Amino acid sequence: MHATASNAGTGADRAHEASRNAKDSRNDILFGGVLKACALLVLAALVGAAGSTLWLGSDAFHTFGWGFLTSAAWDPSNDQYGALVPIMGTVGTALIALVVAVPISFGIALFLTEIAPQWLRGPVASAIELLAGIPSIIYGMWGLFVFAPFVAAHIKPWLMNHFSADPPDGQVSWLVQHVPFVAKFFASEYPFFGAGVLTAGLVLAVMIIPFISSVMREVFQTVPTRLKESAYALGSSTWEVVWDIVVPYTRTAVIGGVFLGLGRALGETMAVAFVLGNTFKFSWSMLETGSSIASTIANQFGEAQGLQRSALMALAFLLFVVTFIVLLIARLMLRRMATKEGR
Amino acid sequence: MSASLYTRRRVKNVVAMACSILATAIGLFFLVWILWETLSQGISAIKPSLFTKITAYREEGGLANAMVGSLILNVLGILIATPIGVAAGTWLAEYSRRSRLGPTIRFLNDILLSAPSIVLGLFVYTIVVLPSKYLSNGEVTFSGVAGGVALALIALPVIVRTTDEMLRLVPGTLREAALSLGVPQWKLTLQILVRSARSGIVTGVLLALARISGETAPLLFTAFGNNFMTFNPLDKMPSLPQVIYEYTKDPSPDINTLAWAGAFVLTMFVLALSLIARFAFSRSKVSND
Repeated sequence: MHATASNAGTGADRAHEASRNAKDSRNDILFGGVLKACALLVLAALVGAAGSTLWLGSDAFHTFGWGFLTSAAWDPSNDQYGALVPIMGTVGTALIALVVAVPISFGIALFLTEIAPQWLRGPVASAIELLAGIPSIIYGMWGLFVFAPFVAAHIKPWLMNHFSADPPDGQVSWLVQHVPFVAKFFASEYPFFGAGVLTAGLVLAVMIIPFISSVMREVFQTVPTRLKESAYALGSSTWEVVWDIVVPYTRTAVIGGVFLGLGRALGETMAVAFVLGNTFKFSWSMLETGSSIASTIANQFGEAQGLQRSALMALAFLLFVVTFIVLLIARLMLRRMATKEGR
Repeated sequence: MSASLYTRRRVKNVVAMACSILATAIGLFFLVWILWETLSQGISAIKPSLFTKITAYREEGGLANAMVGSLILNVLGILIATPIGVAAGTWLAEYSRRSRLGPTIRFLNDILLSAPSIVLGLFVYTIVVLPSKYLSNGEVTFSGVAGGVALALIALPVIVRTTDEMLRLVPGTLREAALSLGVPQWKLTLQILVRSARSGIVTGVLLALARISGETAPLLFTAFGNNFMTFNPLDKMPSLPQVIYEYTKDPSPDINTLAWAGAFVLTMFVLALSLIARFAFSRSKVSND
């Protein structure tokens, strides 16, 4: 009908069509503009989060300068704040989590891509991903009520018996007597108290296993079957195929997955808030209590005023910048793998 | 010599396989352990008053106001995040082909996806809670709206990402067919593309809902929480995760038991949601093929 109208070519129809075209293109531009504005909100959220914490934290940065990063003082009664203990706690727990979670995640990914029979792969993969669905507050509760007592009863006394200079069973081990500094990392005033950096790190490890293992599994699956079968044809064992073919092929993406897990571990609040102990005494020991940036904010921001509030905002800024950089590296590495795949 | 090499390789292989199976067992063991504790401690603490009484009664009370608060906050968060997220995802998939901004925003969205939620909470505190003093009589007020905005910030990247991915799965012939009929692009997008990717987008929204209903950190300094039944979103609003957080810290064992009951309800809700989302997703995949 539209076509016949324009063929007839009356002036009124032409004008009508032109006005409709104009309306459509105006709507198109408007629609595109609204969509673009929404997309820019993602950018605004990131910039805003960094900007607002920097702005409200600037007071603390001005007052303490670079010393804010290196001072171990966190003393609300004297209004002295340094970020060293929370930074150490954040980095320490995240590193412990990585050391534990990376080999386990690698094992899980290996199991799910090479070893498990086909019918078992789906259910096990779903079960591991279920771990990622559990809310972090549940990890925190489990950590406080179940895991910390377990650590206090079984793991910590054993570690202290073997690695600390002041073991509960009274016999200083050969290792501690002959290797310096070991005892420093395993000292604790309360051998039977479960909360501490190690406990928090282990809870975080359980939390990030599903993230790392699902990235590893996905990238392991992208290795061309031809490559693997060639290696098998040459007589390689499954392990040799994995270690010499699969891992080199997927190396960047695997590192990307590890950094993704690190980013999660650094920023996690609720899982560590209960099991870190929230003390501000500087210590090298992983069996001592400590505090992380996120847990400090969660515990203190509600009542904080003035300079303390600013110091907490400054901590939030540091955390945001560090996780941003870690996640940036992670995504860049994962993207390089995706480009290689031609996606 | 070669026999010993062969044995060594075989042993190495068996050891590696055993370690891999052990690692999987460890992962599954922790899953079962955590779920088991939540189930066993939670079920024994479930009682009718949990759903009828409010937290103001403490030990004799329940979590009714926290559940209602959570519901309101989640709905607020989803209502804010869904239109924005779908719009942003649509822009990424359909409009950003020729601009450098598109890949950058897609990249940054992935980073926002795992950004520390407590910092996002502080950001919302700065832009919603702090300015509230200019609206009221100079007093800073925490509010359900602020909590909703904070949750929306967490939900946004999830929705953006799934919308983007789902729209890119829509075959290009559909677009060409519509455009060749003279359909303007906004109509094509709204009436054809978004509609054909609808089930995938719904999946994204469900996943986002599952994600935000377990979030505690961003609510601490936005919705803040209170002990009474609250329906006014301009008031402080309690939420299930925040009450679990407070009750876990509490020294009283009776209160801790209530926290376990809340944890049980929350975990079941979140896991059921993600299962439903997965079910919806598997269906959408079939319909797209």
